[in-house]
Amino acid sequence: MAFTLGFHIMLVPFALAFTMIMLVANYRGVRHNDRDALLLAQRWSKVAAVLFAVGAVSGTVLTFEMGLLWPRLMGAFGAAYGIPFAVEGIFFFLEAIFISIYIYGWERLPPWPHLWSGVPVVLAGVGGTASVVAANGWMNLPGGMTIRDGRVVDVRPLAVFFNRAFWYESVHMLLAAYLVAGFVVASVYAAGMLRGRRERYHRVGLLIALTVAAVVMPLQIFTGDLATRQVFHKEQAKFADIELLPRTSDHVPETLGGVMVDGRVRYGVKLPAVASVLAGFSADTRIHGLDTVPPDVRPTDRLVTTVHLSFDVMVAASFLLLGLSLWYAVAWRRRHDLPTGRWFLRSVATSGLVAVVALESGWIVTEVGRQPWTIVGVLLTRDAVTTSGNLWWSFGAVVAVYTAIGTSTVWVLRRMGAHWRGRERATIKAGDERGDGTTDATDVDIEVPYGPPAPRPVPSPKVTVR
Amino acid sequence: VTDAVAAVLFVGVLLYSVLGGADFGAGFWDLTAGGVERGRRPRQLIDRTMAPVWEANHVWLIFCLVVLWTGFPAAFQAITTTLYVPLWLAALGIVLRGSGFAFRKVAVRTAEQRVNSAAFAVSSVVTPFCFGAVAGGLASGRVPAEGGGDALTSWLNPTSLVGGSLAVAVCAYLAAVFLIAEARMRHDNELEGWFRRRALGASVVAGALALVGIAALQADARRLFDRLRGPGLPLVVGSVAAGLAALILHRRLSPQALRVLAVTAVAAVVCGWGVAQYPYLLGTHLTVGEAASPHPTLVSIMVVLAGALVLCGPSLVLLYLLQERGRLDEA
Repeated sequence: MAFTLGFHIMLVPFALAFTMIMLVANYRGVRHNDRDALLLAQRWSKVAAVLFAVGAVSGTVLTFEMGLLWPRLMGAFGAAYGIPFAVEGIFFFLEAIFISIYIYGWERLPPWPHLWSGVPVVLAGVGGTASVVAANGWMNLPGGMTIRDGRVVDVRPLAVFFNRAFWYESVHMLLAAYLVAGFVVASVYAAGMLRGRRERYHRVGLLIALTVAAVVMPLQIFTGDLATRQVFHKEQAKFADIELLPRTSDHVPETLGGVMVDGRVRYGVKLPAVASVLAGFSADTRIHGLDTVPPDVRPTDRLVTTVHLSFDVMVAASFLLLGLSLWYAVAWRRRHDLPTGRWFLRSVATSGLVAVVALESGWIVTEVGRQPWTIVGVLLTRDAVTTSGNLWWSFGAVVAVYTAIGTSTVWVLRRMGAHWRGRERATIKAGDERGDGTTDATDVDIEVPYGPPAPRPVPSPKVTVR
Repeated sequence: VTDAVAAVLFVGVLLYSVLGGADFGAGFWDLTAGGVERGRRPRQLIDRTMAPVWEANHVWLIFCLVVLWTGFPAAFQAITTTLYVPLWLAALGIVLRGSGFAFRKVAVRTAEQRVNSAAFAVSSVVTPFCFGAVAGGLASGRVPAEGGGDALTSWLNPTSLVGGSLAVAVCAYLAAVFLIAEARMRHDNELEGWFRRRALGASVVAGALALVGIAALQADARRLFDRLRGPGLPLVVGSVAAGLAALILHRRLSPQALRVLAVTAVAAVVCGWGVAQYPYLLGTHLTVGEAASPHPTLVSIMVVLAGALVLCGPSLVLLYLLQERGRLDEA
């Protein structure tokens, strides 16, 4: 399950934020009559469609897994836990519909209405992500229900959805999605430029994506700081994991690196009192350690170490990315142009990977940091997991399938890229740069799900009712 | 409200069996279309008609699962802890199907194409069989209310086997009928005949399986059998009538009318099952009311649904209009 979720969360940034970057490109194209930007937007919309389709398949499997792996989570708490998912359903539908409209609308709608038809895709992405994060937040800080004899007897839907962890978790996740999408897209074009493809098209691609990411990065560090303080106040056990703190005390040092062995902190660099200052703006701030967690639900040393190191990795990655954003900002102020030095491009080319690492480690912090609970204080993971069948067998199958899907996705995207590059060489050779900003004739011949069928639009009876 | 949510859930099942069914059936014909050369043209038609919607229809499946686990969590738990084998197979099938179909188009070499096609086609048969078997397990009361029922007999039993086979046959039938219309639209008489013959074959097989099913129900799920003769009777009769009408009049009717008849026949059978099963969700031991979530949850499901209708309805219309216009532009 963790594995599937880890895969699925990688797709979120694309459904959500990639479409936004696409719209920025589209806006630039329409507003400033920028052909390169328009072409980028159009190609990005197709990539988005492919990724969205993969996301839909992976989402289907997730829904199955919910029941097959966590029957008791759903069985006992579906009444509350299911609500955010039902809401997510609407947004998923909306996003699928408008992504089709948007892709279909190239050429068929006037530029401005077409641009507007992309806006609901972005909004629905925000809504959908927020709903799923609401479900996650609810597992961290459950509320909005009354339990009697282990059964949920009353539910307050709004309190379930807008639970106490909702705001900080969802804003943090939304921004993370924009970062990952921005840096990943930028790194693709930076890699292309490093290989010598330095025409304007690549530069615009890099520029748009990197600008989005660089603007969001400082905001993310700010909300990350806020979120951590919320965790300090509301999720004390998780905060103890994060800070690698066995015993409650004040003047808590911030430990960088380090592991927990036999309940004691080993290795790692300690910055005196920094954790206390960060959490409560004063060295006297008391932080609850793991000793406040009842022994029977205290996380094991390995779990604590995992959470702590993931948190460190996330923060380190974020500051690396912040550094890159600053570099970009300073260079831009000086020269009003994209820095094109090899070292800059190399850093941008790796930034995508760094951003994904930050996303995944952040996810580990919130998920593993909750253990041994599935729903904090209500349901233990060992009680929620299925007892039917051999868990390892199904896990193996899931891993195999996802590896296959993952590789195929990358492969398809690479083929699309190769196709487009071939097309560029051809146009340049022919000296025929298309000037009207409309669809390049051969650009249509890549079929994407949700897109218009390429050779001839085929009226399908099923489309109308789906 | 409980009944309303149950009805909504059932509508989801109905839509999935008709729309998703046609999808699966297309895979069945793909599988049986013969060798590379012989099967090329039918496969092409299947490819073209399915491309725009290849997994959109599975949205209904997700819809059903979400409504089930939110609205009737107890039943959901019982089902997933008992029938986990067919459910895993079905999930695997859906993934393989989707990716096989999507990727075979970009695959260049014949060997690659063959692997992808095989994945697509085989899973198109396995998945509906599993869903049919699950339905059989539910109908014949082999899922205990507290879950954890027998992992094998819950879906390897007379009712499930008939249910699974019937599901495959029905899917094949629906797909063939839909594809007749597609072939007609393309003025391809040869292919139209090809699918017409197969639609007839499938309808005969499905009818025969339905008869076997009735016999199996009599022995295996007595209450369901009785209810099908009682309140469910009009639906059963309607299904038989629509099926027979389609069989007899297939030459004279337009493909559209044929399609309506086929959908009616299938939908009536599914509705018959629903009516006969009501008010029980599992066999004869867990009613809809007993499995339901607290009232506010049910209300919020309905609110969410209303929201979905208000938001998605107009946007779907917009998409449809655009597609119509696009088609006119290129015609």
